[in-house]
Amino acid sequence: MTAPTPIQVPLHRALGLTDEELDAIRGKLSRDPNDLELAMFSVMWSEHCSYKSSRPLLKTLPTKGKDVLAGIGEQAGVVSIGDGLAVAFKIESHNHPSAVEPYQGAATGVGGILRDIFAMGARPIAVLDALRFGNPSDARTRHLVDGVVRGVGGYGNCVGVPTVGGELVFDPSYQGNPLVNVMAIGLLEDGMLTRASADGPGNLVVLYGSATGRDGIGGASVLASATFGDQDPSKRPSVQVGDPFAEKLLIEATLELISRKLVVSIQDLGAAGITCATCETADRGGTGMLVDLDAIPRREPGMAPFEVMISESQERMVAIVEPGQWEAVRDVCLRWELPVAIIGRVTTDGDIVVLTAPNGSGALDADGHPVAGAVELARIPAPALTSEAIVFNRLATPPAKRRNAPAPGAPAETPDSLPMRGQDPGAVLLALLGSPNLSSRRQVYEQYDHNVQANTVAGPGRGAAVLRIKGTTKGLVATTDGNAPVSAIDPWLGAAFSVAEAARNVSITGARPLGVTNCLNYGDPTRPEAFWALAEGVRGLSDACIALGLPVTGGNVSLYNEAPGSAIAPTPEIGIVGLFDDIAIRRGPAFTADGNTVLLVGEAGPGLAGSEYARLAGGGDVDGPPSIDLALEAKLQEFIREAIGRGLVEACQDVSGGGFAVAVAEMAMWGGRGATLRLGVGDSPAIALFGESPSRLVVEVAPRHAPACELLARHYGLPVHALGATGGDTLRIELAGEGATGAAEERGSRIADALDVPVASLRHAWEHGLPRALGWEGGDDASDARADGAALPGLEVAG
Amino acid sequence: MSVRIGIVLFPGYNRDIDAVNALQVAGAEAQILWHEDTDLAGVAGILIPGGFAYGDYIRAGVIARFSPVMRAVADFAARGGPVLGICNGFQVLAEAGLVPGALLRNRGLRFVCKEVALLPEHLDTPFTREIAGRRPLRMPVAHGEGCYYADDATLDALEADGAVLWRYANDDGSVAGPDDAGNPNGSLRGIAGVRNAVGNVAGLMPHPETAVEAIIGSEDGLGIVRSLVVSAGEWSTTGRIKYTRPAGAGAAAGVSA
Repeated sequence: MTAPTPIQVPLHRALGLTDEELDAIRGKLSRDPNDLELAMFSVMWSEHCSYKSSRPLLKTLPTKGKDVLAGIGEQAGVVSIGDGLAVAFKIESHNHPSAVEPYQGAATGVGGILRDIFAMGARPIAVLDALRFGNPSDARTRHLVDGVVRGVGGYGNCVGVPTVGGELVFDPSYQGNPLVNVMAIGLLEDGMLTRASADGPGNLVVLYGSATGRDGIGGASVLASATFGDQDPSKRPSVQVGDPFAEKLLIEATLELISRKLVVSIQDLGAAGITCATCETADRGGTGMLVDLDAIPRREPGMAPFEVMISESQERMVAIVEPGQWEAVRDVCLRWELPVAIIGRVTTDGDIVVLTAPNGSGALDADGHPVAGAVELARIPAPALTSEAIVFNRLATPPAKRRNAPAPGAPAETPDSLPMRGQDPGAVLLALLGSPNLSSRRQVYEQYDHNVQANTVAGPGRGAAVLRIKGTTKGLVATTDGNAPVSAIDPWLGAAFSVAEAARNVSITGARPLGVTNCLNYGDPTRPEAFWALAEGVRGLSDACIALGLPVTGGNVSLYNEAPGSAIAPTPEIGIVGLFDDIAIRRGPAFTADGNTVLLVGEAGPGLAGSEYARLAGGGDVDGPPSIDLALEAKLQEFIREAIGRGLVEACQDVSGGGFAVAVAEMAMWGGRGATLRLGVGDSPAIALFGESPSRLVVEVAPRHAPACELLARHYGLPVHALGATGGDTLRIELAGEGATGAAEERGSRIADALDVPVASLRHAWEHGLPRALGWEGGDDASDARADGAALPGLEVAG
Repeated sequence: MSVRIGIVLFPGYNRDIDAVNALQVAGAEAQILWHEDTDLAGVAGILIPGGFAYGDYIRAGVIARFSPVMRAVADFAARGGPVLGICNGFQVLAEAGLVPGALLRNRGLRFVCKEVALLPEHLDTPFTREIAGRRPLRMPVAHGEGCYYADDATLDALEADGAVLWRYANDDGSVAGPDDAGNPNGSLRGIAGVRNAVGNVAGLMPHPETAVEAIIGSEDGLGIVRSLVVSAGEWSTTGRIKYTRPAGAGAAAGVSA
């Protein structure tokens, strides 16, 4: 990316504003903005802060829900869970900072989303991190993975919030532009709910937390809102630096301020720093603010006014405080050893006014009134920076060539190139289990504290995370899921898949999904094809949420995820929190006992494109992705919740990455016992074993409950088949039906008639896949040749 | 009335939540002691939980040892009161010289959070007396600086004195040496926790306070928490704790306490 020197270009362009936007600013002010005002507009009108491209789309999302206490537009969504308790949750991206400086980028990503949670009055109880990188064998990818993982751990571990789940996905499309999406969850009593609204003219504007420095200048506008060269050193000053110790103090001080009712409202300082916090709270309160530039504690001397106003220095909060409470607020902050200062006063005129005294001695007196000779550096109507910021209706054009899902029953066009003639499909299963995207993440999540606070019932690594709520019978379930490969082919479908899978992962524990938070990672919205992908993604998100009855309670849009010469696969990252009224009903995905019946609920559909099998076989571009019936998906999830609630289920796993065979293999590995199953094959063994068509569950039930469970499934109109029984130390899947063996042979499939693999081999392949892919210690052990796919000649597992 | 245990709270601590919960489960009362406190509010025992005291900048525990509350804790220990340090609390006690040895960066130099098996060495101490049997105890570790280190002479003396209270175990129940799978951080001789010479101060890296209920994975840590509570009750009523020796006996055993 060529960076013209600011001397040659007008200031507004150097700040990332277009000429059209400059004209709009002139319209808002009815005059030319000065340099400080221009800098404030440049960050607030950035894509990151203003959602200027996505806002028209986001308006279409379903946001209503009887339990939703705070939704889109607040710092985080808040949903009631009964008995005077509520849960706050939100997911946010920190993609570009992490590409420039992986450790600090990821660390401040965790810090930023945590502040959104405790600013609402909630104590953070969990973090999930969804990470996406390029080819794992690439040296730069390995550098990014190591830095991001250390960053997430370094911050989360110190601040004392357990990292209980997330994702780690490798795909070539992220080579130049990794994705770091972090979800945080908080628990609060209804009475603690605090909104960031600057109510009460005359109230004080109090800044507390770390001092303001030059780090993160223009992070929102320079980094988050433009395509960039991933190794551009000139961007490094735009990355913020995190101090988790300061954040921990900030959490305790903030929750004490709120619980003691010492503050009117609180907002964290993230993107666009003081400018954003002041104008957003003022706009929500329908008020204005006087901001005393001189009163803002600095980390270093000689900072220009614009640097102070847009700095993204971390671990800072703004509180609106009644004058009578100031001393109590100050004492709380000082007890937690946090700098605190009155930096302004709430006014009635709706303007954000930045003031300074000639000698920098303070522009406001003790009562918050301007002193004689105070100079006005900037005056902008708060709405012009926020709710009335510029909006673009971008052009959306579908790509010329599109692939659609094959009609149900259509013959599979994907060549069953795997397994090869006479080859045991078990070798394919082992290759999938050992592949970078399906193998165990243990070496990563063991670097995260996942049980601090003593609430973790189910931590990372085996499906959705489960947390108990102390002093109640309640429990929470949390997951993040995003299907990029399908989104790359059909962005509507990929988004619908992502919502369905996230909700399914909650439902199969027996919990009820409460709501959806989303992080939409897409490309340059000024490219019609990229904006079409975003528009289709939002439509898929909306359709799936409506079908599953889930409100969207918040989220974040990350655009311009493009490195020179490449754009990421559209990645809708979905976070869902679910609720147990009684956590005792909880079920996991591991086989629990020998001699139990294994049921398959749902049926495989055609389409292998976007599957891990297709990634392995390399033949996935021939057909389309599987389709989804959202009404059926909703029924499937109602069914499993009722079945678990009625105590009919011992264990349940859904069919997703790697297909049916991987789902069963996981249940076997995690349960330490095998199974002998007979699987009906329709048209293609590859589709039956490794296809990823949605809306399927593998359910372990006690034999005496099998009839009732099958009956319940039929009652919901779901196809259900008893496949066999658990037990033994091998996983055996015999293929039956017209699609198997002979019939398949005639159609050119060379698949063997059965899959038969020792559980120990499954575990070996699964355990060693990731460290081998990343060249980490523990990945070099390939003593079992079949375990690392070596038995598949020429088989390359693409990143 | 239930026994009151003081939980020392440094800025940056985060396992205080776990510690309060564990004491509740153990039927004791938790009294938070702020790092600036010089008065221990008459507590019967002290629990220094985990976290990142003062951010663990420079080195874990090195700043905390100089805090006002630690002077009070040292006096409390000198008077024979029971003090248990867990994870960062162990690091603080070691930095303060209240327990022998030092805790270095984990072998592998990465933070590690996983469940480990902990072998109680002796069941006749103030911090193990309530443990039922010498079977391995399952509980989590979560630390970046947990590699127990002391010179061979000190290690020999500690073992001779019975001052090693807990060791990491492999799946087969054997002691996990520095390179074994059951040893999460490379601790010498598999040492996970030790006591001082008198016997009233102990520290360990694993988290018994996070393993006190089956629903959160294990209740194997409860025996250690209960032991502290029982010893504290004993000390507050009788002025001494069973299984401890008079102060100064440490020199005889050649152990620096």
